[in-house]
Amino acid sequence: MGRVASIILENVTYILEDFSIRNVSLKVREGEYFVLLGPTGSGKTLLLELIAGFHVPDEGRIILNGVDVTYTPPEKRNVGFVYQDYSLFPHMTVEENVAFGLRVRRLPENEIKRQVKEMMNLVRISHLSNRYPSTLSGGEQQRVAIARALAINPDVLLLDEPLSALDPGTREDLREELKRIHEARNVTTIHVTHDRVEAILLADRIGLIINGEMIQVGSPEELFSKPLNEKAARFLGVENILQGRIRLNRGGMVVIEAGDLEIHAITKIEEGEVYVFIRPESIIISRKPLRSSARNIFQGRIVELTNLGPLVSVKLDNGLKALITRQSAEDMRLKLGDMVYASFKAASVHVSRRAR
Amino acid sequence: MTENKRLTWVRRNYLSVIFSAVGSVVILFLVVALFNMLIQQVLTDPGNLIEVMFDEEVLKSVTLTLYASFLSTMIAVIFGTPLAYVLSRHKFPAKSFIESIIDVPVIIPHSVAGIALYALLMRRGPVGSFMERIGVVFEESLWGIVAAMFFVSVSLYLNAAREGFQSIDPRLEYVARSLGAGPIRTFFSISLPLAIRHLFSGAIMAWARGISEFGAIIFIAFYPMVAPTLIYYRFTLYGLGGSRPVAVFLMLICFVIFVVLRMMSRRWGGSHR
Repeated sequence: MGRVASIILENVTYILEDFSIRNVSLKVREGEYFVLLGPTGSGKTLLLELIAGFHVPDEGRIILNGVDVTYTPPEKRNVGFVYQDYSLFPHMTVEENVAFGLRVRRLPENEIKRQVKEMMNLVRISHLSNRYPSTLSGGEQQRVAIARALAINPDVLLLDEPLSALDPGTREDLREELKRIHEARNVTTIHVTHDRVEAILLADRIGLIINGEMIQVGSPEELFSKPLNEKAARFLGVENILQGRIRLNRGGMVVIEAGDLEIHAITKIEEGEVYVFIRPESIIISRKPLRSSARNIFQGRIVELTNLGPLVSVKLDNGLKALITRQSAEDMRLKLGDMVYASFKAASVHVSRRAR
Repeated sequence: MTENKRLTWVRRNYLSVIFSAVGSVVILFLVVALFNMLIQQVLTDPGNLIEVMFDEEVLKSVTLTLYASFLSTMIAVIFGTPLAYVLSRHKFPAKSFIESIIDVPVIIPHSVAGIALYALLMRRGPVGSFMERIGVVFEESLWGIVAAMFFVSVSLYLNAAREGFQSIDPRLEYVARSLGAGPIRTFFSISLPLAIRHLFSGAIMAWARGISEFGAIIFIAFYPMVAPTLIYYRFTLYGLGGSRPVAVFLMLICFVIFVVLRMMSRRWGGSHR
């Protein structure tokens, strides 16, 4: 079992020609699963590479496990790193990839064999040991990358968009896998993503980073219910994220109780506590109840109208947020306090288990 | 393909058809030039070709050529690989200057290169006089040949090696470092194996370039005669009839060697990339 470690960043600044990270401070607790969330190009990967020691910050300090490692080369930091594109060594078999860190440490060969086997069992790739990376699927490659990073018994595990390159089904499997692995090994983890759903489902805490600046740090609930400022709200608030529980299940069609709303959805999940995600652009706003195939129709009062250029964000008192075109908002002459109907299809509702 | 299909294909791709026709002039010229010499020799004077294969002077000069170019290539590999790696991985102020220097031997006339090397490496030259004291003489010697070959061929190796290292995602090296491998270990177990095919084919190119060199060599070492020098020497003494069999022989040897090496480099680690 690796030592559980904390990661502390103090005013880390790193300036590149076309981009910079400014004054980022952060404290990740021992054994925590921390998600760095932010849009593409916000400096998440760079920050992760700074923690791993691939670059040296221009200012500030990085402290791993109580030791200042700001100027320590990566090979002395004992950090496991997993890239989005897997970055497996193409000239080595799966087994050789996983064993690489142990060989470097000059462990006895039978000890290497034992640990590699254990690690490949943990991420369920034992049957692939003699294959070359180019013959593996994306999901398999990412499992190998995770096994390789964990094999060195890292103090901290850094995951750079580990699920983004995978197809949706595989992504869900591997997401569950990451959770399971974290529970089994309890390694302090920073997971970088631009996917809000992923962040909510995995994170103990989330750090929101936009344009090289750490905007807000907090639990998923805190972040999504109380975005600190407009920037945060813009990035976080575009999604309807509700907590609920499955009340009725009729062969794939379920009814979820989420606050005052009863939401119809299609999912494989049969019962229990769930998160409900609805993209705001999937919600149609109308003056009169729509006659359509939409299973979900809710009445609500407009409590917020935000102009986003060509789009207008409409927030109702029942908690739903919709994005509609400026044109249709003007056609309906929407204003604060109006009663309107929000409708969306059962198929537009994304459901995920909420278990922690 | 049916007649109709073929016609449609031609209509859709007529630009490529025209370009292929124009481009075939290049291939035609190269092939005809070499085959004409070969066929002339085989038809008019096959006996002389056989004779040349047992001519001690010819065999000696061919061996010398292959050996000298091999030495020059080894020196290029030993000194050029680190340079190519640094150029592929780092930005620094003089970088573009250094990159242009590398390409200079390709653009200057080889007689100029020969004069430059002679001025530097002759017994009275600044480096030549020093090296003579430690027992290395360039004038009219193997080392003069190696130096000339090195000068004209090292850029080929450098450019191929640099391209090879550049084709490796630096993230692979980052990951290796994070797994505990220091820079040296990372280079030898990740970067080098992944670039090895580029290095190998660069070395083949440099070796071939060395074998073909004549212009720069004769200024510093007319003797001992490398094969291209011998061919020229025999041409001036005996004309086409005396020099052509040696030329054909050298061409055949080079051809066989390069085919074998190409096949080796293709087999080498081709399966998993």
